[in-house]
Amino acid sequence: MKKSFRYKLKKYMPIYIMLLPGFLYLLINNYIPMGGILIAFKHMDYSKGILGSDWSGLANFEYLFKTPDAFRITRNTILYNGAFIISTMVMAIIFAILLSEIWSKRAVKFYQTVLLLPYMLSMIIVSYLAYSFLAGDTGLLNGVLERFGREKVSWYSRPEYWPFILVIINCWKTVGYSTVIYLASILGIDGELYEAASVDGITKLQRIRYIMLPMIKPTIITILLLNIGRIFYSDFGLFYQVPMSSGALMDATNTIDTYVYRGLISLGDVAMSSAAGVYQSLVGFLLVLCANWITKRYSSENALF
Amino acid sequence: MHYRSEKIYQVFFNLFMILISIATLVPLIVLISSSFTQNKDITLYGYSLWPRTFSLEAYGYIWKERMQIFRAYFITIFVTASGTLLGVISSVLYAYALSKREFPLKRFFSVYLLFTMLFNGGLVPTYIMYTRYFGIKNTIFALIIPGLLMNAFNVILVRSYIQNNVPQALIEAATIDGANEFIIVRKLIFPLAKPIIATIGLFIGVAYWNDWQNGLYYVTDDKLYSIQQILNNMLKNIEYLSKNTTSVAKSTTLAGTLPAGTVRMAIAVVGMLPILVIYPFIQKYFVKGISLGAVKG
Repeated sequence: MKKSFRYKLKKYMPIYIMLLPGFLYLLINNYIPMGGILIAFKHMDYSKGILGSDWSGLANFEYLFKTPDAFRITRNTILYNGAFIISTMVMAIIFAILLSEIWSKRAVKFYQTVLLLPYMLSMIIVSYLAYSFLAGDTGLLNGVLERFGREKVSWYSRPEYWPFILVIINCWKTVGYSTVIYLASILGIDGELYEAASVDGITKLQRIRYIMLPMIKPTIITILLLNIGRIFYSDFGLFYQVPMSSGALMDATNTIDTYVYRGLISLGDVAMSSAAGVYQSLVGFLLVLCANWITKRYSSENALF
Repeated sequence: MHYRSEKIYQVFFNLFMILISIATLVPLIVLISSSFTQNKDITLYGYSLWPRTFSLEAYGYIWKERMQIFRAYFITIFVTASGTLLGVISSVLYAYALSKREFPLKRFFSVYLLFTMLFNGGLVPTYIMYTRYFGIKNTIFALIIPGLLMNAFNVILVRSYIQNNVPQALIEAATIDGANEFIIVRKLIFPLAKPIIATIGLFIGVAYWNDWQNGLYYVTDDKLYSIQQILNNMLKNIEYLSKNTTSVAKSTTLAGTLPAGTVRMAIAVVGMLPILVIYPFIQKYFVKGISLGAVKG
């Protein structure tokens, strides 16, 4: 028995050594902070450390949910993500179908390259691009408005426009990524299906409706569920940088992620900030579990676990 | 007859995609052309698709502040190179181990990896841990370690690729010939899994190159600013660069002579130039990685 243990240890030692760097990294970067959610249940006092600080029970959460912010950031996070999911999905599917119908492979490659380019740019660069359109005195949009004899709009202080602005920017940035996924899924459809159908003389539209869409439905549903699992998380850069953290836009652009950051860094309000963070982690966790459970029932090979 | 109607479709589809492509590129064109415009034109007419009067004054201004830009570039390149190297090595090793058919605790290591995709502690504990307990603030590690080095998604990509594309028999043959696991990874896995390793290398590399969040959270020392962080500061305060220069340089760039409108765009061009230049060469790896990830996400 002892011998076999030693034999095993010797045999598998290299494997464990290989796992070690990743194991340690995830331990530091992911697992220790998970334990840190205790902070949300404590009166954090740095001099006493995390474990030594006094327990506060659910006081931080009560405090958080009494503010109007709790509702606002939840609403913004979910509604924006919902709009992002739908807008990107619809456009990406349309683009992917069109690309799959275009004969010239070089043209397809060109369109795909262009569509994916925004995905490569950092949110800081995106903020600059947005600024060139939206700047109050020199922005391109106001230039166009002026040419048509309209009043200039002070975009960075008018929250009512930002839901549209952010949806457009997000779509511009992410639609290429989704298009690549759907195109790969369409190109994976068995050619014989089309041939069989073309013998029956169906039109292009019928082919899209009765072959393509049903065949890529598993991909659509998988992506949808993956996104729903992440609906409680927002792109910090999009909501913090692109509106230039303008106070006037706070109502329309504050999400859970920006709220946590502002609470932690600008306001130094660890209690509130950590409570919001735990709220996000827990609800996010439940959502991923639900989404995965549904995926499993629907197409088990795409489930995460 | 049928063929002709198909041709009309082709023209129509291509036309539509060309319009979409132009719409995608317009913001970049505005940015780049504005950076080459005389600042007077921007003040008078605003940003536009085409330079009214071609001018390099914005780049001239940036050139005066080149030392800071070069340093930021150096930091970014160093962080990107070392982060990518560490990230690729630890991801491939972990992925190779998990691709083994069985070994004691395999299930544990697999769940250990996957669980990081489901749950995380969030910013507050991460921030407090890194700053209070690891003392990472204002060190180069702040730009390399938090968040970006390794993630479960990349490991899963590599593991599936190894399982599907590297024949188990080959590995067994090498073992019989006396190769140990490390030699197998170096001599077999790296060459045979090169496409997927290049792909995750690019994913990780671009994430490091574009990262500004670690800088925002953990770095306040301007000697450690990455190029994205310089951009971030310039976005909020256009005079950021000249604020830090020596008094000699300052006298030549008096406030008021700063061509703010065009400098803003020029600095953004400087920041995104490397990505624009290498993007055409690496995009096929990205497309591959994204399509693979979709199947095995």
